[in-house]
Amino acid sequence: MTSSLNLWLIPVLPLAGAAINGFLGKRSSRTAVSTIGLVFPGAAFAWALSVAFRFSSLPQIPYQEYVAHWIRSGSFSVDFALYLDQLSLVMLLVVTGVGFLIHIYSVGYMWDDPSYYRFFSYLNLFMFFMLTLVLANNYLVMFIGWEGVGLASYLLIGFWFTKDSAASAGKKAFIVNRIGDFGFLIGLFLIIQHFGSLNFVEVFDQVRPITPETAGAGLLTAIGILLMVGACGKSAQIPLYVWLPDAMEGPTPVSALIHAATMVTAGVYMVSRSHMVFERAPMSLTVVAIIGTLTALFAATIGIAQTDIKKVLAYSTVSQLGYMFMACGVGAFSAGIFHLMTHAFFKGLLFLAAGSVIHAVGGEQDMRKMGGLRSYIPWTFLTMLIATLAIAGIPPLAGFWSKDEILWKAFSSEHGSWVYWLIGVITAFITSFYMFRLLFMTFFGDYRGIQVDERGKVHSAHGPDDHAHGEPHESPMVMLIPLMILAFLSLVGGLVGIHNGFEHFLAPVFGAAEVAHGAGETSTGSTELLLMGVSVTVAFAGAILAWVLYVSKPYLPQKVADALNGLYVAVLNKYYIDELYATLFVKPLVEGSTRILWHGVDQKIIDDSINDAADGARHVSDEVRQMQSGNLRSYAGWIAAGSALVIAYMIWFGVGR
Amino acid sequence: MVPLSYYLVLSGILFACGVTGFLIKRNIITIFMSIELMLNGVNLSFVAFAAHWHALAGQIFVFFVMVVAAAESAVGLAIIIAVYRTRETLNVDQVNLLKL
Repeated sequence: MTSSLNLWLIPVLPLAGAAINGFLGKRSSRTAVSTIGLVFPGAAFAWALSVAFRFSSLPQIPYQEYVAHWIRSGSFSVDFALYLDQLSLVMLLVVTGVGFLIHIYSVGYMWDDPSYYRFFSYLNLFMFFMLTLVLANNYLVMFIGWEGVGLASYLLIGFWFTKDSAASAGKKAFIVNRIGDFGFLIGLFLIIQHFGSLNFVEVFDQVRPITPETAGAGLLTAIGILLMVGACGKSAQIPLYVWLPDAMEGPTPVSALIHAATMVTAGVYMVSRSHMVFERAPMSLTVVAIIGTLTALFAATIGIAQTDIKKVLAYSTVSQLGYMFMACGVGAFSAGIFHLMTHAFFKGLLFLAAGSVIHAVGGEQDMRKMGGLRSYIPWTFLTMLIATLAIAGIPPLAGFWSKDEILWKAFSSEHGSWVYWLIGVITAFITSFYMFRLLFMTFFGDYRGIQVDERGKVHSAHGPDDHAHGEPHESPMVMLIPLMILAFLSLVGGLVGIHNGFEHFLAPVFGAAEVAHGAGETSTGSTELLLMGVSVTVAFAGAILAWVLYVSKPYLPQKVADALNGLYVAVLNKYYIDELYATLFVKPLVEGSTRILWHGVDQKIIDDSINDAADGARHVSDEVRQMQSGNLRSYAGWIAAGSALVIAYMIWFGVGR
Repeated sequence: MVPLSYYLVLSGILFACGVTGFLIKRNIITIFMSIELMLNGVNLSFVAFAAHWHALAGQIFVFFVMVVAAAESAVGLAIIIAVYRTRETLNVDQVNLLKL
């Protein structure tokens, strides 16, 4: 290949930024830190854009770039090498683009934080690992990025580590992710064992001839399910979703970047990247679809009753990720990636706008203490409105196109079923309802926040917003501009999906099956229109219901809650899943570790055996020490006795000749 | 001719006397004399064997032992005098400054 794209620059640039800020940032001024922290990801974004412009003229797609060799062991080899095709290009642009916008936003949001430089260092580090994950040409380099984003996520969730809840939320995220990574790793081992390589091209070349009828299909099912376990951890799906809502302890830009727009979609990316495996193992596809569908519905219902503005968004993220897996599970990978992209726009925007709201009301996150903010922070309101319309699936905003695509595929694809579609539509209704509930509780009605003096509230112990606070105030321009750009993207981002444009763009990656499927759509066009009508109707219905309950008749929600007492309490407490896990897994583990491993094995066996050995040695020494009295005659006596013994031995047994 | 065993028995008795004296006496001069007694007990057995086997090696050993014993007496007595001058005692149990 004559012209190199120098792809390696894209991940390395943020790494350089992370290193500079991490090592030198403490002594630099805030301006210097923000310059470094913005220029490097900005340059990565610019480079990604230039790569995108040159993409169509590439002589060969997928384009591969060799950076350095890493492991060479017999016939097995793993290189640091990069891989660019339509799929990774989309991810690349989303990660660098949305990531860069969120970096800009963070300048405003984190300005007053004492660890400003640390924040940008971590954020850039995250970008490095995420780009490594996206650009890897084999599973092992992908795994580096995979673990690296987990690390960055841990560091950033626990960013305010002096707060106990933040520190434990970070640990929870890390540990739950380990469970998923365990599955991912076993999947990789199976791949190595049976295909002797981790390189995407080589593995998929070997997977291609396998069909569900041939012998290797069971193996592919195992690999697929194990990879899905990994994706469940990273992308917060049932049963490993519990860490994501807690991860909201991190600063809001982190929630936007890592826990909404990019990192949590890594699982979707990985499953899509491995589509060759999943397509040939229908059972693992079904597993993906069921997990995704259930998660979508389950998380959405929890979102209804949450009162913390970020928790609502967190459950919404889990639910939307469920949609993406539903799409992957019915074989509509491009629809999943499409939703991933639009979701990055509008969910990133929702989180940033929520951050702006939190900023405006002085660190308060409880929606019951907000309200009426529309007139105080009009720009935030406008952008949040756009994002809400987008996620609710109101045409022609971004979310409508991608969600409708998923629902249609769930209904019509050969792996799909009307059950998925029905649950998806119900979820869409709930999504629309809780998002408009959030919007109405926050921006409509009267301001319920208690002003200035009463600052000892539970959620107000936040770093950046601890300044003395009067009326809610609009955020600075540096925070508003990213909001506006993302709002624009949420408005028009879905238009690339018209006439299956996005699907055709990704077709070289996901194979001809889907394009052929696309051709069949004309015959079922009326069905598609009908289903589209249904999903738009439920979106509006959700919005109207929220309007009735939270704006026109604000006394109703309490009545409904009272009427559905048991159910409401269960939903409010997130179905007691955390408690269930605590009883089922955490407590037995902690108890077992304490009783058996700590008190039993460690203290009783290991410590005691060592202490006993030492005590025994001391006792023996105490006895033997008596011999060395320092008394000359006793020494002489020992010598004489010893000689007598030796001589007696020689007399009785001879000299041993 | 006196049999070899007589010499050896006498040698053993001398040696045993030396060991016993060394072990039970506290006076350093007596201990010294006991050492000489042991050496001479050994010397006697050397000479007896040399005479018995008609080999000269035993007698040569005796000369060596006597030379070493003489040197040892010279050094030892000098040390004893030095000790007596500083400590005014010849009891070994009281000469214990180097003990822990």
